[in-house]
Amino acid sequence: MSKHTLSVLVENKPGVLARIASLFARRGFNIDSLAVGPTEHSDISRMTVVVDVDALPLEQVTKQLNKLIEVLKVVELDATSSVQRQILLVKVRADSVTRGQVLEMVQMFRAKVVDVATDALTIEATGSTDKLHAFLDVLEPFGVKELVQSGLVAIGRGGRSITDRSLRTA
Amino acid sequence: MAAQARVRPPVEVTGAQSLVLALESVGVDTVFGIPGGAILPAYDPLLDSVKVRHILVRHEQGAGHAAEGYAAATGRVGVCLATSGPGATNLVTAIADAYMDSIPIVAITGQVASAAIGTDAFQEADIRGITFPITKHNYLVTKAADIARVVAEAFHLASTGRPGPVLVDISKDALQSRTTFVWPPVFDLPGYRPVTRPHHKQIREAARLIAAAKAPVLYVGGGVVRAGAAAELARFVELTQIPVVTTLMARGALPDSHPLHLGMPGMHGSVAAVTALQKSDLLITLGARFDDRVTGQLSSFAPGAKVIHADIDPAEIGKNRVAQVPIVGDCKAVIVDLTDEVGRDIDAGKGGDYADWRAQTTGWKKSFPVGYATPEDADSVAPQAVIEAIGRIAGPEATYVAGVGQHQMWAAQFVRYERPNAWLNSGGLGTMGYAVPAAMGAKVAEPDRVVWAIDGDGCFQMTNQELATCVINNIPIKVAVINNSSLGMVRQWQSLFYNQRYSNTDLHTSVGRRIPDFVKLAEAYGCVGLRCERPEDVEATIRKAMEINDVPVVVDFVVHRDAMVWPMVPAGVSNDAIQVAKDTAPQWDRDEAESIEVAEIRSDAEAVDPTGQTEQTS
Repeated sequence: MSKHTLSVLVENKPGVLARIASLFARRGFNIDSLAVGPTEHSDISRMTVVVDVDALPLEQVTKQLNKLIEVLKVVELDATSSVQRQILLVKVRADSVTRGQVLEMVQMFRAKVVDVATDALTIEATGSTDKLHAFLDVLEPFGVKELVQSGLVAIGRGGRSITDRSLRTA
Repeated sequence: MAAQARVRPPVEVTGAQSLVLALESVGVDTVFGIPGGAILPAYDPLLDSVKVRHILVRHEQGAGHAAEGYAAATGRVGVCLATSGPGATNLVTAIADAYMDSIPIVAITGQVASAAIGTDAFQEADIRGITFPITKHNYLVTKAADIARVVAEAFHLASTGRPGPVLVDISKDALQSRTTFVWPPVFDLPGYRPVTRPHHKQIREAARLIAAAKAPVLYVGGGVVRAGAAAELARFVELTQIPVVTTLMARGALPDSHPLHLGMPGMHGSVAAVTALQKSDLLITLGARFDDRVTGQLSSFAPGAKVIHADIDPAEIGKNRVAQVPIVGDCKAVIVDLTDEVGRDIDAGKGGDYADWRAQTTGWKKSFPVGYATPEDADSVAPQAVIEAIGRIAGPEATYVAGVGQHQMWAAQFVRYERPNAWLNSGGLGTMGYAVPAAMGAKVAEPDRVVWAIDGDGCFQMTNQELATCVINNIPIKVAVINNSSLGMVRQWQSLFYNQRYSNTDLHTSVGRRIPDFVKLAEAYGCVGLRCERPEDVEATIRKAMEINDVPVVVDFVVHRDAMVWPMVPAGVSNDAIQVAKDTAPQWDRDEAESIEVAEIRSDAEAVDPTGQTEQTS
């Protein structure tokens, strides 16, 4: 199994997310992460789906997604030719003794502290999935009290836009 | 769509009137349905419509299958109408059935008022959510102004590309509020662009493989019937002289009388069809989808064959079997283009030569015709003989509609189909209870045809309430109940794979008791009820049924209960293990045996992959 990042442009209509989630469930495809949001066009939403499948089932995923009437376009973004980012918010145990060490890690990973309490720090970090994993690994010894992560979002490198063409044909 | 070309001046109407006007404008002449609370506003203007005939069914599942039968017999979109909640959920089986068999239907359901959605209101069900996985597309409409556009979109989606069911759920307040009806409505589906014209490069490549092949087979599926491409297929076969198999969904796509027609492939296919696919070096796959009931164990299916796979749905290509030449397009366009391209090769003296292969395959057809043994007890009726006689007497212009199980397989094997759309059945979903309501829909669509429902005693009891609908609405279908007093196909599996332990398959409909008595049941509904229990009466009973054309006829054919469907490839094993009877492999002559390497016939216990045993049969 390998991970693939799919950008899915969809019509911004009620129920589209449920339709796509239902498709993945029904066809037995595993979603690793999912992020949805508006695009530069008000009538188009963009989903970034990370799926854990082999090449052949991936083709099925793409074809089945394309069959959905409200799906406009499906593009696979590979890690080398795209920028891929996730955001995480993590609450780490940090008292007067350990706070300095935690802040050192925050600096090293170019993360930032967004809230401070006497016994904890809340940290925001952005980066690739790998970077965030590494960051969590170094925070682990201090004690992670609470963790929340967004789905991955991704965009192709270079000047071309994947939304241009789908809007033109629309 | 042609229907949309009829422009109407804008009128001020209710949402319900807008719905009825939209149905009229899109060309609907028949709707099958049942009213109820949420859909009630739509039924009021329906009463005044002179263009749309509403047929009041007795169960919404019947409305759904009737819409399917209407659509499958004609290619036109079938329509069913139900209320919210249970009305809508009762449609679910028929919608799933239409999805599996690519039948164009539009299901319209009432929904509770938009303000009440999500509150668990009376008769509320999220039918849109429920039908996500079993519709081509579906809608929830909560504004009267959207109704006409959504209806137009729904009919467009159902009937174009790969056909399928579309559900339109309309809230009660949308039906009740006022709007302006404009026709044709403007709609845009930017995410829906079905490819119908095949790519020439792929056609050329396909023609190259066809010319190079030594043992090609045309593997023809239901897509050819849905595409209305039977005539084009016949021309292609004439030109190329390549042997043909037609799947369960494609029976009639090429006349059974055609000398190159090898029969049906698959679990209960003919020896010739199954073996031809296994030994083929090129499958020319047209509108078929490598279903597990055709391929058996996928890894050993047609092991030496390259694959040309043409389908209008790109997701079918490569789903189960890798295609060397994938062709996305409408089957009619694909076959026409292939005919041109292969024709050019033949004219240039570069056509393929399949004479030896043709001789071999048609030889198998002669050596191993699909037949049946007459029961040892000479007084009991062979079910296959009944079905064969119905086909012979009613002829190729009749429409045959089956339920699911043994009788379905015999109807696929022993009726000779000479035209497309003569054979309707539930292939993909395997829905028991399909026959009576689907036959009703087919008869409404084509009242001049004789329509025979060939049903089982189990299936018949699932949906026979629609006989009331048939009688009251003057829809004189004919029903042959192939009554073996059992859930016959399940019983067959119990005989073969469960040591004759008949767990819950005895229906008591003829052996010992008649619960119910189908003749009395038919008469209670106002149908003519006939019974046939002796082989010598079969022909006369069918002829008598054929003479009755003013009311539905139900014939209770009491048949031998131990009859089995043969040939059979047990579930989960290679198609090479085809058996023509219990523990009996085809007897190949020596030359053929050497070339065919028939798999060892294993004992019952070993013959079935344990995972295959739990599959649902009926």
